[in-house]
Amino acid sequence: MEQQQKQQDPHQGGVSERAVGAFTAIFIFFVGVVMIVDNYKLGAGWSKDGPESGYFPLRVGAILCIACVVVLLQTLYAKNRSTKTFVTWERLKLVLKVLLPTIAYVLAIQLIGIYVASALFIGAFMRAMDKSSWLKVLTISIGVSLALFWMFEVQFMVPLPKGPLEALFGY
Amino acid sequence: MEDLGSLFHGFAVALTWYNIGMMAVGIILGIIVGVLPGLGGPNGVAILLPLTFTMSPTSAIIMLSCLYWGTLFAGAITSILFNIPGETHSVATTFDGYPLAHQGRAGEALTSAFTGSFIGAFVGVLLITFLAPLVAKFALEFGPPEFFAVYLLTFSSFIGTGKDPFKTIIAMMLGFGLAAIGMDAVSGELRMTFGWSELLRGVAFLIVVIGLFGLGEILVSMEEGLAFEGKSAKINMKVVLQTWKKLPKYWLTLIRSSIIGCWMGITPGGATAASFMGYGVAKRFSKNGDKFGTGELEGVIAPETAAHAAGTAALLPMLALGIPGSATAAVLLGGLMIWGLQPGPLLFVEQKDFVWGLIASMYLSNIAGLIIVLSTVPLFAAILRIPFSIIAPIIIVVCAIGAYTVHSAMLDIWFMVAFGIVGYFLKKLDYPLAPLVLSVVLGRRTETSFRQAMLGSKGALDVFWSNALVGTITTLALIMLFWPVVSFAWSKLGQMRAHAIAAKRA
Repeated sequence: MEQQQKQQDPHQGGVSERAVGAFTAIFIFFVGVVMIVDNYKLGAGWSKDGPESGYFPLRVGAILCIACVVVLLQTLYAKNRSTKTFVTWERLKLVLKVLLPTIAYVLAIQLIGIYVASALFIGAFMRAMDKSSWLKVLTISIGVSLALFWMFEVQFMVPLPKGPLEALFGY
Repeated sequence: MEDLGSLFHGFAVALTWYNIGMMAVGIILGIIVGVLPGLGGPNGVAILLPLTFTMSPTSAIIMLSCLYWGTLFAGAITSILFNIPGETHSVATTFDGYPLAHQGRAGEALTSAFTGSFIGAFVGVLLITFLAPLVAKFALEFGPPEFFAVYLLTFSSFIGTGKDPFKTIIAMMLGFGLAAIGMDAVSGELRMTFGWSELLRGVAFLIVVIGLFGLGEILVSMEEGLAFEGKSAKINMKVVLQTWKKLPKYWLTLIRSSIIGCWMGITPGGATAASFMGYGVAKRFSKNGDKFGTGELEGVIAPETAAHAAGTAALLPMLALGIPGSATAAVLLGGLMIWGLQPGPLLFVEQKDFVWGLIASMYLSNIAGLIIVLSTVPLFAAILRIPFSIIAPIIIVVCAIGAYTVHSAMLDIWFMVAFGIVGYFLKKLDYPLAPLVLSVVLGRRTETSFRQAMLGSKGALDVFWSNALVGTITTLALIMLFWPVVSFAWSKLGQMRAHAIAAKRA
């Protein structure tokens, strides 16, 4: 979500901390507004038998909004406001290199179960980042998955999401 | 002494083979978790918590608290050998620890750090043994207003002592908001679920912790591009004994740091603040203060002792009052509730085995921890040399599993990823995460005590000043809350007076 709001600064090649800080404060402000509205609808006042359900969260939301306004003003106008870069495009790429595969991994858990997905994820990650040898990749990725399987399904009897491969072996 | 009797009973509980095994497992896992980037005390405990649901609460808390001691010990390893603080509380240890390792004196630095930690923790445990039962006895008289006042004091002192009070407030209020999602325990009404039935059970604090501290940390360290270049860790019996011979010289530093640590642990200043303060105070009072930063053993001992004393003492308010003094203690407190124990002063009455078993285990596990950590440093240092491309995906896999096992819900893994992204932004923008965790864990209890207090007083706020006890705590809380304003006004007043005097003289 933050990505869309980036103010481009061609000189530094990144996003300024002020922009991200301000956007985050505005975003959280709206979280506060949602809290106030939702709890107001629920009833945030006083009923016969004491404070209503929204009583406490509404006040929390209000404090959140006020604090966000202060932080927003500080980020934008304070004397010692930050002039640093939040993240350069180069480094953002590194972050996305972890984040996007992670999202794909979670999606894969849903489809093919956590053990196969984990083996693929670890293997792909090693291959992509380090160009590790296939032998090393296969040993570690499959080894970790098998170890996890043994620990959770056999040892602790905690069932984790499983897919077609595990079904083949009767799990 | 009734308490000593209970303590010996505790030793009997803790000294079973099963529990000793749990201690060893906990400490070793703790050191691994503490050494690895992206994992730390709070989310190490959070990930393992679901696995303890089937254990007896006593064994579970022994294992998880040992994991916590392990992470405290581990901080020193990465700081001294790699100049990378594995945990924030070991930042101060790098100042003198790494220069020492650079001079080839890593063994000495590690030994003194571990021994200092051990002594700090020992003082912390002694304090818990003798003070916690008294505090609990005192707190048995507490009603809802008193409890709310104590919660208020905890939260206020975070705001008052934090770097940026408004960011602390935001983090804290977000935590309260998250805690409020789901079914309201008092009225049964649904709050902030937006018609989404999956949100009915609320957002588990474990998911929040694993996301913020686990994935969030990985994203941050990925961006910083970690490259580990460590010094070799030569440590043997000879070095250990030689270093121990030097330590008595630093008795004053040890005592000072222990006291600082205990104080910062009980008041929620936390281990990080304690370690910096321990270092700073030692620097000011030491004969060799000006050499600090170039490789003084004293500069390693001071912060480590304080950090470990604080980490241990943080469990005192958690046990006696149900208020955690640190993020990890907050997760442990959440664990108590999941195991079906009611945190608070009643624990000392109703769960004697649990409380005293835990306290006895702290004595044993710190001795065991010292032995394990001294004998296995090279092994753990080797973990850090494993490339990030292997460590990172494994940590993410472990985080995903940890998130799933809380409720066996797929959605929780997605939430974990979302909190990871949130954690990345909050961390980079200097929002403190500890208050957020604290309020997610304590949010409901705080709210309930507030509403019960309001119920009793029919909405009049003066219930928080209705007797001397609750009035004192509330007033103290408000002073802490406005501490930045108070201290600012105080210094202004001082300046004005100085000016006035100067003006008179002139």
